[in-house]
Amino acid sequence: MKFTTLEAKTVVVPAENIDTDQIIPARYLKAVTKDGLGEGLFRDWRYNEDGTPKADFPLNKPESKGAEILIAGDNFGCGSSREHAPWALTQYGFRAVVSTSFADIFKGNSLKNGLLPIIVDSDTHKELVANPGMTLKVDLKSATLTLPSGKSVTFPIDPFAQQMLLDGVDELGYMLQQDAAIQAFEAKRVGSVNTLQ
Amino acid sequence: MSKPRTIVEKIWDSHVVAQHPGAPALLFIDLHLAHEVTSPQAFDELRKRGLKVRRPDLTIATMDHSTPTSSRDLPVLDANGAAQLAQMEKNCAEFGIRLYNRMNDHQGIVHVIGPEQGLTQPGMTIVCGDSHTATHGAFGALAFGIGTSQVGHVFATQCLLQQPSKSYEIRVDGQLKPGVTAKDIILAVIAKIGIGGGTECVFEFTGSAIRSLSMEERMTICNMSIEGGARAGLVAPDDTTYQYLANREYGPKGADFDAAVARWKQLPTDEGATYAHRLVIDASTLEPMVTFGTNPGMGIAISENIPDPAAHTGSQKMDLEKALHYMDLKPNVPLKGHPINVVFVGSCTNSRISDLRAAAAVIKGRKVSPNVRMMVVPGSQQVKKQAEAEGLDKIFREAGADFREAGCSMCLAMNGDQLSPGEYCVSTSNRNFEGRQGKGGRTFLASPQTAAASAVMGVVADVRTLL
Ligand code: SF4
Repeated sequence: MKFTTLEAKTVVVPAENIDTDQIIPARYLKAVTKDGLGEGLFRDWRYNEDGTPKADFPLNKPESKGAEILIAGDNFGCGSSREHAPWALTQYGFRAVVSTSFADIFKGNSLKNGLLPIIVDSDTHKELVANPGMTLKVDLKSATLTLPSGKSVTFPIDPFAQQMLLDGVDELGYMLQQDAAIQAFEAKRVGSVNTLQ
Repeated sequence: MSKPRTIVEKIWDSHVVAQHPGAPALLFIDLHLAHEVTSPQAFDELRKRGLKVRRPDLTIATMDHSTPTSSRDLPVLDANGAAQLAQMEKNCAEFGIRLYNRMNDHQGIVHVIGPEQGLTQPGMTIVCGDSHTATHGAFGALAFGIGTSQVGHVFATQCLLQQPSKSYEIRVDGQLKPGVTAKDIILAVIAKIGIGGGTECVFEFTGSAIRSLSMEERMTICNMSIEGGARAGLVAPDDTTYQYLANREYGPKGADFDAAVARWKQLPTDEGATYAHRLVIDASTLEPMVTFGTNPGMGIAISENIPDPAAHTGSQKMDLEKALHYMDLKPNVPLKGHPINVVFVGSCTNSRISDLRAAAAVIKGRKVSPNVRMMVVPGSQQVKKQAEAEGLDKIFREAGADFREAGCSMCLAMNGDQLSPGEYCVSTSNRNFEGRQGKGGRTFLASPQTAAASAVMGVVADVRTLL
């Protein structure tokens, strides 16, 4: 999925260590497609027992409507490797998540789905958390995040993933082009299992 | 002389297929494990692009996550779960992958069956669409959890694009005291470094305490590397490893085995190799551990009090307050003695035969408290069979526990085995996140021994009082 620039409103869920079981509970993982996961996003934080929305959960506030950038606490996305987490976030409408750090697998999964994990310093993070609903500008090419005040910060991003997102291509295409190298490697490989035996 | 290398660097170097400037390394994958939950969308991607599975011979699939652990004679009642299992059958048949389905004698939790069948071997790169793939690191393999897109990449190319990791040595020396287990070591490590402490790292567990552990105990430790935020965790192979692997179904045999051992002996980290981080722990100072909160880093020794958020500031304080609120616990009192409703012995952390033996040893001749529902879920059909051969099933049943078919079960509660809202569970699994074991359920992570003792006492218990 292509990503170049984004100008969008934020919504803040400030908890630290938001794990993938909160982002998308396991009972939503029985699907065999990627569809309909947006509904399960933050399900148990978003809804009451009887299925009515919890009024005080940030995503449910009227002013959060249309927010495409999620501001979250440290170590976002820890826990399982389920790619259902970024699928749920993008289906809900998010294009970027901003935190002070991300769990490794979640970060990798997000980049493959056009969901940009943006790491900021703790001062910038505090400012973003304190001011929900800000409109932020993201420019992926220069890897910068600009606040309404004009303050601009750069964020770290793996240059390869960055290029893939800018070009809107996926890694598998690049990998399939390496067929000759893979064949050469296979030819000299020793010690192997054969599960089909 | 060449530069001294860690075991991780050695495995990495020998698996790089290509490395282009500005791109991650293309790493060859020796073994790909698949299960029903994280693979369907990857198979779809293959179909969409008209691709095959490149190396079905290096791929194996099982059913574990949404698989019922009730009698295999009963149909799968949950329509979505049944559909997912049916899709797995269809996908594996279409792409030529060997599948251990629900009726197969080799079925079980993906991280339990790999080692027990000898598929998992030292020096390998192993991946699975599952974050606990690090379990296989116990054999000195580099084993990563991957997302579904990457599952598709490996199906199509048998390779993974990967950035190098930092090495993090976790050195555990000294001798464990009675009642203290491998699970307590890893819970203590995570309590120390926090659940993000190992981000971008691979843990290498070293030291005399690790060396004296069995393979199954090493698996328990490596299994929870992800709970410390690491990409993988491993233990360099030694005689314990080679003995375990001799004569396993898919392992090398005869002269091939000797040749393999000679190769495996080259793997351990060289003298003088450097680590980016190091943690040293004295095993003799450890007690049985138990978690009180809503992430695996919120662990205390059984004799300690639940921490007070007021003693902390900022986001740490918030985190603790939120956790204690969810768990409905008070600070500054022991967790020991807190009433419980459920005990779960199972999961890829602690469902192997030695775990079942340890729990049975505590339970034997005693009864599960009338207030407690205890579930024992073997990690695989093979473990179940062995447990039955040893009469462990009888010990559990006579004590009033439920002994079930193999699977993930109440570790993630997607197969119908789950807590009711508000229930407290002592669980031998690896995650105590909100709702992990069922919506509104509350989890205390602990060792099989602690779990069994708690089942008997009806409260969070110190197993040492029953030894
Ligand atoms: S037992 Fe639990 S942690 Fe292990 S693979 Fe199954 S769901 Fe994942």
